[in-house]
Parts: sequence; structure tokens; C-alpha cells
Amino acid sequence: MSARVPERGSWLEASARARVAGLLDANSFTEFLGPEQREMSPHLSLFDLPRAFDDGVVVGRGKLGGRPVFVAAQDGRFMGGTFGEISGSKIVGLLRAARDGAAGDDAPRTVLLLLDTGGVRLQEANAGELAVSEIIRAIAEARRAGITVIALVGGKAGAFGGGGIITACCSRIVVSRHGRISVSGPEVIETNQGIEEFDSKDRALVWRITGGRTRWLTGGADRYVADEIRAFREAAMALGAEDAAPFDLFRLQAEQSRLEQRLQVDGDSRDATQIWTRRGLDEPERVGDMTEHDFVVLADREAPNHDAR
Amino acid sequence: METLSFSLRAERVLRGTGRQAIVGVVASGNLEVLAERIEDGTGCRVEVSTAAEGFGDVWKAVVGDFVERVSPGGVCFSINDGGARPDTVMLRLMQAARVLESAS
Repeated sequence: MSARVPERGSWLEASARARVAGLLDANSFTEFLGPEQREMSPHLSLFDLPRAFDDGVVVGRGKLGGRPVFVAAQDGRFMGGTFGEISGSKIVGLLRAARDGAAGDDAPRTVLLLLDTGGVRLQEANAGELAVSEIIRAIAEARRAGITVIALVGGKAGAFGGGGIITACCSRIVVSRHGRISVSGPEVIETNQGIEEFDSKDRALVWRITGGRTRWLTGGADRYVADEIRAFREAAMALGAEDAAPFDLFRLQAEQSRLEQRLQVDGDSRDATQIWTRRGLDEPERVGDMTEHDFVVLADREAPNHDAR
Repeated sequence: METLSFSLRAERVLRGTGRQAIVGVVASGNLEVLAERIEDGTGCRVEVSTAAEGFGDVWKAVVGDFVERVSPGGVCFSINDGGARPDTVMLRLMQAARVLESAS
């Protein structure tokens, strides 16, 4: 339905629908609970706020490189891409359908989560918190059933709050330079800990710390891609074609020790440049300013081992 | 929130075979338009839900102008508005009609 965008288009600038259309094989997408169903938030009207026909989330199924996939995409421009009762339920339902092998013989073994979110929708408080918890549980259950859940993060809202936690729970994570991933947002940290701890007005600092490049270099993402729909598509295709790693106690313990190790090595760092220096990069202070091309070349060369996830 | 409803008669039925189209986004100064075919000959409906109250006359003028310029008969346009300016509303309505015309 609608949204046509050239594959070379920017992921950052595209709408959720345009991302889905450009990510999947041409014309293969079928939406579930589309905007014509008018499944809108039951809470926003109480605050005199406008609703969206799809509550800011597009869910459905399609094909990626000929293989069936489920896909959910948030639009970060509507209410900051937040998790509410309806938007959250759509994602939970999709993950459970994947877990249950719904859709018969041609059941998708891959779920693509196109996250673009500030986290819980504050107006929906408990419903939003529950939505995030249910999504985390649904991801764990889907992965346990052998489903690969891939997070794609490169939208304007990044993946913050519950969205940052959800990202970390996925089998694989693809990030672009703009795909900031974190739990507490910069302003939240500044409010709670003071401007000496984190100056949220310092955009370069915010990007250095939470942006895709540092996340990738410290093992917070498996793939770093340029801000192009086509690049996200290629990464998702490659990761989706891999066999899902068994999601068991051994894997969780390995991930735990990887994180402990990271804390040990980088825990006292005051800025991302210190981390980059420790990674042995030639000119650490340049990482933030490198062109996409140069960084992708560097990323291929330095490829850290993220097997724990 | 304010809801507004307009029923107009267009000159022609909107061309093309697309059944529905959605454009735009609900954000500050922006809006989403869901266009759907209806069985009403050259009748055209516009249903508005807007965060900016008290602009009924402006909506009426923009919708009237749109129907006259595009002639989108047989289509219902449902709008969720985040306080868009009249020119943005007109552009989104025209975009929705265009996408509906060219969608398969």
C-alpha cells in the first residue's frame, strides 16, 4: 500500500512504511491490522492528543531475498515511536505468531524489528511498561523456538528506554551511524546526575557515546551499515540467512561474561574516544568525523567478535 | 480534540484502481490522510480529527478547494491532524489522491 521509495534512499529520512517497502522484496509485503482497521490508542484521547490509524507501528509479513519474514516497523515521528497498549500489542502478536510457526508450511523463521523509539509512551504508563515487558518475553520465547529476531536501528528516535533493552534482547542487531541505542536518554541522565556527568546539549558527545559507531565498536551491534535502505536490506538478508544460534543457558552465560569483560576493560572510560583508543584505532579522535565509506572499511577490518550473542 | 465532517459532490470519480492509500504522519504541524474508495458515485467525504480546535471554517475552505481542484469522487479521506497548516493539509490531500490513483 502506497509508500514507494528508491532503495538507495536514506533510512533515517524514510517513514516506517517506506522502510518496510524498500527493505523487503518488491511488492511482497502484506500488512496485518492496517490503518483501515483503525486500531488506535484508547488512551491518547484522555490527554486531548491526536491518534494515528496504525498507532505508529506497521506489522505484517513479506519476503526478504525470497525467504518469508515477519516485520514490525515503528515510526519515530508519531509520539516518538513509543510503546503503547496498541503499538506494543501489535509487536507482541507478531512475535508470538513467529514463535508458534503461524502461517503454515511457509512460516517465517525470521522477525525483523525496525525500531525507532524513545521507549514507553508516558501517557500510557503501565500499559506501555507492560508492552515492553511482553515484547521482551515474546522475543525470548521466539528465539527459544529457533526464530531469529533481528533489530534494525537507524531512525531519528534511535532505540531508547525499553527500546534499548528490547534491542539488546534480539538475536542480531544492525545499526547505522544515526542509530543511537541506550536505555536512559541524554536528558534523563543530565537531569538525574548533573551536567558534569552528561551534557545533553553537546550533540557530538551524545552521538559519540550512544551513536551507532561506538555501539558497534563495543559489541552493541553485529553489523554497521551506511544510512541507506539498501544497506539495511543487504545486512538483514545476510543475517536472516544464517542458522539461528541456540538460545540457551550457555549462550546467556557467554553473553554475561562478555559484558562483564567489557565493563572491566572500558568501565572507567569518561568518553568514547578513550574506548576507541583502547581498541587500537589509528586515529581515535577521528572516528566521529570519518566518512561512512571509511568507517565501513574500518568496520570490516576491525570486525569484533560478537559470537556471545 | 475536535472532529469535523464534510460531504461534497465532486465532478468526476477519482481515476485509478487503488483501494486505499495512507500518507503523512501524525506529528506537530503534520497530519496523516487515509484515503479509501466508497460506493457513492461522485460523492466525497472528508473526516477530520484535529488537535487544533476552532478552525472549522479554514478546514471547510481547504477541503472545498481540494475537491474542486482534484475532483476525488468516490473517495473518503480520513484525517488525523497534529495541527498542520492549511497548505500542508492541501498538499497531503493531493498526495493521498495521487497515491490512490497510481496504486494497484
